[in-house]
Amino acid sequence: MSARVGGALALAALVALPPLMSKYHLEILISVLFWAYLGIAWNMLGGYAGQFSFGHAAFFGIGAYTSTLLLLRAGLTPWIGMALGGVLAAVFGLFEGYLSFRYGLKGPYFSLVTLAFAEMLRVIAVNTKAVGSSLGLVVPTSPSAPGLFIFSGKLPYYYIILAMGALALALTWKIGRSRLGFSLAAVRENEDAAETAGVDALATKLRAMALSSFLTALGGTFYAQYFAYIDPTITFGPSVSIGALLPAIVGGAGTVLGPVLGSFVLTPLSELTRYALRGRAGADIMLYGAILVLVISFLPQGIMGLVRERRARAGRP
Amino acid sequence: MSGGLLLQAVVSGLLLGGVYGLVACGLSLIFGVLRIINFAHGAVMMLAMYATYWLFVLAGVDPYLSVVLTAPLFFVLGVIIQKVVIEPNRFAAEHNQLLLTLGLALFFENLALVLWQGDFRTVKVSYSGASFMLGEALVEVPRLVASGGAVLMAAALFVFLRLTDVGKALRALAEEPEGAALVGINVARIRAASFGLGSACVAVAGALITPFFYVAPDVAESFNIMAFVVVVLGGMGNFVGALAGGFMVGLAESLGAAFLPGSLKLLVVFAIFILVLLFRPQGLFGGSRER
Repeated sequence: MSARVGGALALAALVALPPLMSKYHLEILISVLFWAYLGIAWNMLGGYAGQFSFGHAAFFGIGAYTSTLLLLRAGLTPWIGMALGGVLAAVFGLFEGYLSFRYGLKGPYFSLVTLAFAEMLRVIAVNTKAVGSSLGLVVPTSPSAPGLFIFSGKLPYYYIILAMGALALALTWKIGRSRLGFSLAAVRENEDAAETAGVDALATKLRAMALSSFLTALGGTFYAQYFAYIDPTITFGPSVSIGALLPAIVGGAGTVLGPVLGSFVLTPLSELTRYALRGRAGADIMLYGAILVLVISFLPQGIMGLVRERRARAGRP
Repeated sequence: MSGGLLLQAVVSGLLLGGVYGLVACGLSLIFGVLRIINFAHGAVMMLAMYATYWLFVLAGVDPYLSVVLTAPLFFVLGVIIQKVVIEPNRFAAEHNQLLLTLGLALFFENLALVLWQGDFRTVKVSYSGASFMLGEALVEVPRLVASGGAVLMAAALFVFLRLTDVGKALRALAEEPEGAALVGINVARIRAASFGLGSACVAVAGALITPFFYVAPDVAESFNIMAFVVVVLGGMGNFVGALAGGFMVGLAESLGAAFLPGSLKLLVVFAIFILVLLFRPQGLFGGSRER
């Protein structure tokens, strides 16, 4: 079975099966797709450009807060607020990226700066009454109003996150084969050599940053509308930053399908752990920590690395 | 603002700074030798705080006295972590090594949450509330002991690094890894020792603050970020810089708290962090290391 047929079958199943599912299973599947989506967004910067952000919560939070505040204070539909949040996050990402890349921050130092920016936004949100401080913001859930991104059942949210994920995946695939994709790979593998070959490394990394932060912010709006509640710790805290990088790392950073595979493995696993160890908060994250250590130790290229290795051994491209 | 408040802020900052300094010394030592930014450093401190807490609750061991037990115990734990998790990945990409310690941090922090829940625990000792006035500023005795003890411990470590064979080997490895191997230093052993010593440092810092600081799984996070700030400020791998950086961050935090409402004091600390990373990544105290 070729990869194309397999992909088409998987997509068909993802479109056709959910209406038949129980509410519980549908919730898990939404969660899987949501973290896959954030992983895809993170992957553009972390995987393709090789810049490991530990602070994607900054963009996620900007998206969630922008659309929610515009909805609550100005009655603007989150469909538009979502785009505005995305643009705002991209601007913030460009600012963060320009400062970091302009001053040559690389590797772990870049990770630390992104973490610090996200933490700063969290502290500001906690201390600002106008955005609900640590109490957070409640998003209305009824009456059902598709024009306002409010639905009564879970199914519409499922199809929205499926569409977002599919579009982001298509975008990743397209970029991977474009001039930008080749520039990104060149910069990731050897920045000096890429510069010598005429690639503008700064512009290349900034493009990845803008795309990645824009997409992450859209995820923030989805979160706010779906869970109907946001607060500074949820949206700007480290758990979103880690949740975004984990599926990509486990699935395979810098590959199209990596984040999706990663989320399909990790998210149900975390749900199972949470279910098996009810009342023991932290068990699922503890498992994530252990998985992260094991994956880095034994599968440094993620699941996709394993797939590639087996293909290479079987003599297939 | 009155002079009394300012004096109080300076005193609190200095008392906090010593502890930050010791935590950062451990982080800096690990970075100097292993070239790893250890995300699990705060988590090790948190585990040491629980060890101190349980020794006090179950066996009635005084937190200060428990250092005699926790320091060697966490040295061994550090050596084990390094041998089992870090060393096999010594040739992994830099960002993967960072993720490795992030994984460890998540694991330990949530292990504590699973085992002991998220409640804030405190160690109540007879001297917990002891204090005296220094001019217009209140000095809490446990904080003074913690800061003084931390500086003493850092000084002892400094002397150790200068005078003993293991200490000299550690410095040699930080300066010139290949040269160190060539002159017959047991590199694997010294690499393990660096993680062990770094963990022992942070364990002592943890024990010293339990008489006045709450113990909880998430206590690790804030100290971890503070230690990063301090180490970057003092210069990665720069030992004396780490101690000086500790006092600066302590002061920045307490002055920020005096001038800004709520938890906005942290903004000052993060702003310093980002500015130093951008403009003086080698730290404030000269270019001891390049990036």
